[in-house]
Amino acid sequence: MSVDKDTVRRIARLARLALEDERIEPMVQELNGILAWVEQLKEVDIEGVAPLTSVVEQRLKMREDVVTDGGNADALMINASGGEDHFFVVPKVVE
Amino acid sequence: MVLPSNPTDLTLAEAREAVAAKKISSRELTQAFVKSIETARPLHAFITETPERALEMAAASDARLAKGEARPLEGLPLAIKDLYCTKGVRTTAASNILSNYVPPYESTVTQNLWNAGAVMLGKTNLDEFAMGSSTETSWFGPTVSPWRAKNSVEKMVPGGSSGGSAAAVSANLCLAATGTDTGGSIRQPAAITGTVGIKPTYGRCSRWGIVAFASSLDQAGPMTRTVRDAAILLKTMASVDPKDSTSVDLPVPDYEAGLESGVKGLRVGIPKEYRVDGAPPEIDAIWNKGAEWLRAQGAEIVEVSLPHTKYALPTYYIIAPAEASSNLARYDGVRYGRRAEGASELLDLYERSRGEGFGAEVRRRILIGTYVLSAGYYDAYYARAQKVRSLIARDFTEAFRKCDVLLTPVTPGPAFAFGANSDDPVAMYLNDVFTVTLNLAGLPGLVVPAGLTAEGLPLGLQLIGKAFDEATVLRAGRAVETAANFTAKPQPWWRSA
Repeated sequence: MSVDKDTVRRIARLARLALEDERIEPMVQELNGILAWVEQLKEVDIEGVAPLTSVVEQRLKMREDVVTDGGNADALMINASGGEDHFFVVPKVVE
Repeated sequence: MVLPSNPTDLTLAEAREAVAAKKISSRELTQAFVKSIETARPLHAFITETPERALEMAAASDARLAKGEARPLEGLPLAIKDLYCTKGVRTTAASNILSNYVPPYESTVTQNLWNAGAVMLGKTNLDEFAMGSSTETSWFGPTVSPWRAKNSVEKMVPGGSSGGSAAAVSANLCLAATGTDTGGSIRQPAAITGTVGIKPTYGRCSRWGIVAFASSLDQAGPMTRTVRDAAILLKTMASVDPKDSTSVDLPVPDYEAGLESGVKGLRVGIPKEYRVDGAPPEIDAIWNKGAEWLRAQGAEIVEVSLPHTKYALPTYYIIAPAEASSNLARYDGVRYGRRAEGASELLDLYERSRGEGFGAEVRRRILIGTYVLSAGYYDAYYARAQKVRSLIARDFTEAFRKCDVLLTPVTPGPAFAFGANSDDPVAMYLNDVFTVTLNLAGLPGLVVPAGLTAEGLPLGLQLIGKAFDEATVLRAGRAVETAANFTAKPQPWWRSA
């Protein structure tokens, strides 16, 4: 499988990643290089093999459903650019 | 013990003893490292130096020592990879998008270190979001290896992604450092810089507060000058953490305790698939030597097979970007991180903040990851890779029926120069061929310096263990270290630069 310019534009949109026009063609080449290289996985017989979803056999831990943290609005806002009064500010989305 | 003329030459174990015996104060020791960091700026091992904080922490340690209340790492100065969130200290992941990020919280691993009395010297350089094998993708510029080939002034890469930590340990800019390892990011730079590094079993160290790259592969670990130092640091870094549901509920053993027990009767596996065509003869030679060293100390050498080895890298380069594309979706330019100027609408704000904030390699991996997870391609790529991953893990399970530990090379070649692999992403990825298998299988791997190439550059050996059997890995590593007697250090050219 290989990608073309339109596919790269589409996945860049899915990934919310602005890509300059002059970067599209080199990215097509690079992605196709990587995709051609991973094609070799098709040789592997995976019939009846379960996917590995966890490297360590352990039941996912459960905890009491209680509040453990919170009330940190000031701390949470210190890295927000354009934050005001505990609100994250973005361009207008509703006319 | 007699103190060396420069206290920065001490190992972590020696410094622990010297500080505890009050032969040197934490303040004096810390001051010596602060000075060595200042004179080593041409290496660019650090993104952020924190000398004031270091000296404050050292003073607090000296006060505790005076009261007889010393903790396990009291007053010992360390460097921290700039992927660990440190409260109130800028944490960048070597990315433009986090170039001004100051975490309001502390990672569990670093909190464990400070709770044990350790002192923070600063935050070390890395490849952007730990994606790379040379530190060349750092937005702040690369780290330069302290090592140079004989009779050469050409700058070499320190390996990556934990290249800043490796350079800092190798050049005596800290007693030890932390690293993280997603595909070899502790072990490859350790091998290249003649230092020791261990990637513990997945789940041994908490991932909480470490900037996420690929969550099913990421693991924290120590980078040190000796195997004993790695055992000391791992003991404190590892913990069971309620904040990381994948941290495993097993007590942390005292890794130092059995370190000198030797390898008599230990079965050491040599995986035949790690002998690759076209590998430099020096890599094979040091591997054979390592096996010989262990045999001479009473270990039994057995050949084992890991038949799916050749599929590990392509599997990794589907799974890691897929997880990265998901993890890095959080950088929206709104809640934290760099925000693009002048965006007219929300989608534009996201796309521009991310497009400007991420470097070329990170963008490439986000796009690959998005593609392999996208509708219509998931089964062909991601689901298939997860199944091959099962086979890779099963290979190790089978091999460990015949042996207790594996001995392998670390990288397919020695250190390389800047730009050597930059044109071809796949060529750079091949650096990880002997290391990614462990991340895919979740197993612990230790790298120990074993010798020098004809050009005078370090070569390491890797020991691989069963899950949560770091103790055996460290014991075997100690045996290799003893036999190798690696004492070479880089010439400090950076001090006159």
